[in-house]
Amino acid sequence: MPDFIQSWAPLLAILVSALGAVAIVATGEKRRNLRETWTIIAAVAKFGLVLSMLPSVLAGNYPEVKLMQLSPGIELALRVDPAGILFALSASFLWILTSFYAFGYMRGTNEKKQTRFFAMLAVCLSATIGICFSANLLTFVLFYEILSVATYPLVIHAGSEKAYRIGRQYLVYAITAGIALVAGIALVAVAQGAGSAEGLAAGALDFTGGGFLSPDLSMGMLWTIFICFFIGFGVKAGVMPLHSWLPNAMIAPTPVSALLHAVAVVKAGVFGFVRLVGYTFGPDLTGAMGAAAMLAAFAGVTILLASAIAMTKDDLKARLAYSTVGHLSYIVLGVALLAPHAILGAAFHMVTHAAMKITLFFCAGAIYVHTHKKKVSQLDGIGRQMPLTLFAFGVGAVGLAGVPLVGGFVSKWYLAQGAIDAGSVVFLVFLLLSGLLNAAYLLPIVVRAFFRSSPEHTRFDEASPLMVVPIVVTMLLAILLGVWPDGIFRFFTLSEMIVESVTGTAITALGGS
Amino acid sequence: MSQIPVLIPTVLLLAALISLLAGLVNRRAGYATALIGVVLTLGLSLTGLVHIWMGGEPIRYALGNWLPPIGIEFVFDALAAYMVAIIMFVGTLVFIYAPRSLALEAPGKEGLAWPAMVLVLAGLTGMCLTGDLFNLYVFLEIAALAAYALLAIGGGAGAVATFRYLLIGAVGGGFYLIGVAFLYFSAGTLNMAEMAMLLPELSQSRAVQAAGVFMVAGLAIKMALFPFHFWLPDVYTHAPSAVAGLIAPVMTKVSAYAIIRLFLDVFPPGFFTEGIPLLAALGWVSAVGILYGSILAIGQQDYRRMLAYSSVGQLGYIGLGVAMANPLGMIGALLHVLNHAFMKGLLFLVGGVVRLRTGRTRIPDFQGVGRKMPWTMGAFTIGALAMVGIPPTAGFFSKWYLLLGAADAQAWTWFAVIIASSLLSAIYFFRMLEMVWRNPETDAAAQEMAPVPEGQTPVSMIGPVAILAVAVMVAGIMNVAIVSALLDRVVAPMAGG
Amino acid sequence: MTVDFVLGRYPYFLIAILIGIGLYGMTIKRNLLKKVIGMTIFQTAIYLLYIQGATKAGATIPVRSAELGTDAAFYINPLPQVIVLTAIVVGVAITGVALSLLLVAYRRYGTLDEDLLLERMKESV
Repeated sequence: MPDFIQSWAPLLAILVSALGAVAIVATGEKRRNLRETWTIIAAVAKFGLVLSMLPSVLAGNYPEVKLMQLSPGIELALRVDPAGILFALSASFLWILTSFYAFGYMRGTNEKKQTRFFAMLAVCLSATIGICFSANLLTFVLFYEILSVATYPLVIHAGSEKAYRIGRQYLVYAITAGIALVAGIALVAVAQGAGSAEGLAAGALDFTGGGFLSPDLSMGMLWTIFICFFIGFGVKAGVMPLHSWLPNAMIAPTPVSALLHAVAVVKAGVFGFVRLVGYTFGPDLTGAMGAAAMLAAFAGVTILLASAIAMTKDDLKARLAYSTVGHLSYIVLGVALLAPHAILGAAFHMVTHAAMKITLFFCAGAIYVHTHKKKVSQLDGIGRQMPLTLFAFGVGAVGLAGVPLVGGFVSKWYLAQGAIDAGSVVFLVFLLLSGLLNAAYLLPIVVRAFFRSSPEHTRFDEASPLMVVPIVVTMLLAILLGVWPDGIFRFFTLSEMIVESVTGTAITALGGS
Repeated sequence: MSQIPVLIPTVLLLAALISLLAGLVNRRAGYATALIGVVLTLGLSLTGLVHIWMGGEPIRYALGNWLPPIGIEFVFDALAAYMVAIIMFVGTLVFIYAPRSLALEAPGKEGLAWPAMVLVLAGLTGMCLTGDLFNLYVFLEIAALAAYALLAIGGGAGAVATFRYLLIGAVGGGFYLIGVAFLYFSAGTLNMAEMAMLLPELSQSRAVQAAGVFMVAGLAIKMALFPFHFWLPDVYTHAPSAVAGLIAPVMTKVSAYAIIRLFLDVFPPGFFTEGIPLLAALGWVSAVGILYGSILAIGQQDYRRMLAYSSVGQLGYIGLGVAMANPLGMIGALLHVLNHAFMKGLLFLVGGVVRLRTGRTRIPDFQGVGRKMPWTMGAFTIGALAMVGIPPTAGFFSKWYLLLGAADAQAWTWFAVIIASSLLSAIYFFRMLEMVWRNPETDAAAQEMAPVPEGQTPVSMIGPVAILAVAVMVAGIMNVAIVSALLDRVVAPMAGG
Repeated sequence: MTVDFVLGRYPYFLIAILIGIGLYGMTIKRNLLKKVIGMTIFQTAIYLLYIQGATKAGATIPVRSAELGTDAAFYINPLPQVIVLTAIVVGVAITGVALSLLLVAYRRYGTLDEDLLLERMKESV
């Protein structure tokens, strides 16, 4: 059993970007260099705080802080466990890169309301880290709802009629998901004894590796709770048929698409599934009641359909969005398969997909800012003009398809192994098929860019270094994860620890690294 | 300390009288005396609240030293302390806010408004403090009469709307009075505490059951519970913002308080659930009201009318929480009394500020207001998010307790109703938020909505708005403290029985 | 049996009828002044309910007299009388406010007919 140590670091990690948001608003548009400095300070400080907790988590001492009661018996409590810090590390690290990238992007396109943009981005990161570190369901939903609302101003950033329409759709999905989640948690709370004379026992809603929900509940109640959660997390995780807000939300500026709609917000939904299956219901109960099969079916269908739809999209960001929908479901599928290796792959895929997909979005944004091209069909020969960008795009594309030496291969390998362990050959086929589809919709872009020629793109002319450097860094990250999975922030070890706490089975896939 | 229960309404009644007389001499003196009375009472009620909060015993005071059942008793217990604190807190803020708002919306009539506003507060606090069933009726009508005068201050259309309110209010009050008659002739006392001791033996009596029905029905009518809400939108629309900001948050809630008091402390446990299914009826009526109010609010073009329909729905939450007949639902209802008072007060006051600064009251005209007055609209945003129920605002937590209560009572339809209405209120409040924060459509509008120093809004108006906005957050975050210090004691009769 | 039941309680039935008349006036009548009259009837019926409940055969007003002594059986309970007095005061105040509201409305719109009034209100908006 892990030990819990009292620490304010998780709270500070959450608050630092909220304070950053305040400083950003106070500084305003007129002194924008100072304003950007606040963003960087907040981002680096946040990442530093998260990173500072890593050694103690790896040593089995989980930092924990209990602030106050949110509802009788339920505390506003933060706890840093392997799953939380895995997600927090990837989100906060990528925020630093996204910040630099966003400076280049926002200035390059001369966007309006930049102060609001950077402030809300900082608030979103606060909420995301809050989700990572929530120790119980109520704390989780608190940050989850804040994240939903804080993302809205970013979605409508363009200020056009279309953006508002999409914003409304986004809200309908997000608010429905939020209230479904709250309803589910209320049911859990009552099932745990909130209505009894004694009230809730302390920690009755705390996430517990292997789940805490009693299997004695009636089947109807269990399924009701599960479906509430499924809607609540499924919307953010883009599980079909709850996904349609996500491609539309690409109307937001590309840094938002890259960080929030490939990493923070959507992964919060996926992370919710990890918390749901691994730490609330527990794999045993999820399997026994049949919910795992349902979840796997939804995820499997999403993987295939999303990949197929992505092929038909000419708009680059839309294609990437559908690719995101598909890859999020890889993780959901991994969790739903319940086998230790599948969970390992799922957890690791949260990181690798983040690195690869953010690279692709960064590239799409750089191409747009620099050449104002949005469509795949316009990209002929662009590799001559922006070779670095397009090379990075190629690495990301290859990685998503699951080619070795890029991170995607490692996670997919374990997902596939998990599918075999779970005896689900169907899903193994799905995974392989989708890998082919991935290659089919991403690689032609690279081929087009480098091997076709166009009179427009003849000389070397990259986008601003503010954008290119983050692209190269994320690309290197994606490669590093493939060749040395445990090299960066011990992501692989963390994934193994997640598996152990959820399933109780220790696996040392990399020979005890 | 021991006089607090009776001092609160007395000081207010006196202040109303003095303010009326002083107002004849000098308009400012009228306001000043009224304000002194209100602030003094706020101090008293907070002193009492601290006493109760610290675990102090309820304070009982027999008027004129005539002990019950002959005399009238005033009781300052946890529930009364809670209600009075809410009333006086919101009341004081509105009072500070009112002069500038009334000067614009009902010029020349302020002299009468101050005593009337103080009388409303006197009536409402009196209702919460009295331990006598008939005395409660008297205070109910004092508050109502003063409210009629205030609401009609806007003139023509306001007077007609208020007349309809008066008629329905008379029916509600009359029904309550009929109920009191039945109770009195059955039990021979009007004192609530004695009544509570006598009623368990009499609970099979037809007269007592009829009394329960009449009293709850009368109070439900007074509370503007669906389908007795029809006067409410017109009244709120035509009233000056400050008046609506006083009446909407607290007036209807105090009738809800009276129902809760009857349910918890007068009638025996189980009376309304086993003998006669009154609570179930209340719950279903509330559930329909929640959906009805929320749906109609979506279609409104006038800001105040939208808030009014939203109130119809929100009052349903309180009725629903009571109807769940378990401690969690009751806590949800009581918390919602507080939360809704803060949220609706905030939203009505914001409406007044917008009207002062731009002259606009229609929702489509709100486009771009956020540019002109970002801080006021920031407060509005907090209020709107609270109404939708986004954590960590107060609105989230009342909804949370109500959901727990519904789940505990296994009332799945009501559970679904609460969820559905959250979505509906999200629709109309996010529509407002989008409108407020988007850019003005035309250049002329942009000119008008150009940012100007916020200092143009009088501090007396922006101050209360800001305080309420903070209160909405604090009430949410502090909910457990409120529940464990006050509300757990209030619902103790349910948990024990 | 039924006859006895009715006869024994006939005042209550009369009061119920009065209440019904009052409510009818308040809801159905189109003239706002008639609504006020209905309201007054409704309120009066409630006063009568209290008075009726407090009647006691063979008892007199609750002012102590030398002949009857202190035996409570000879006196009517004074409390309902006090309640009714208070209620009458409240009722008069309500009627007064109602009438003054109508005065304001009449000066503004020149009618007390509900339909006409609503029509003119719509026009003036």
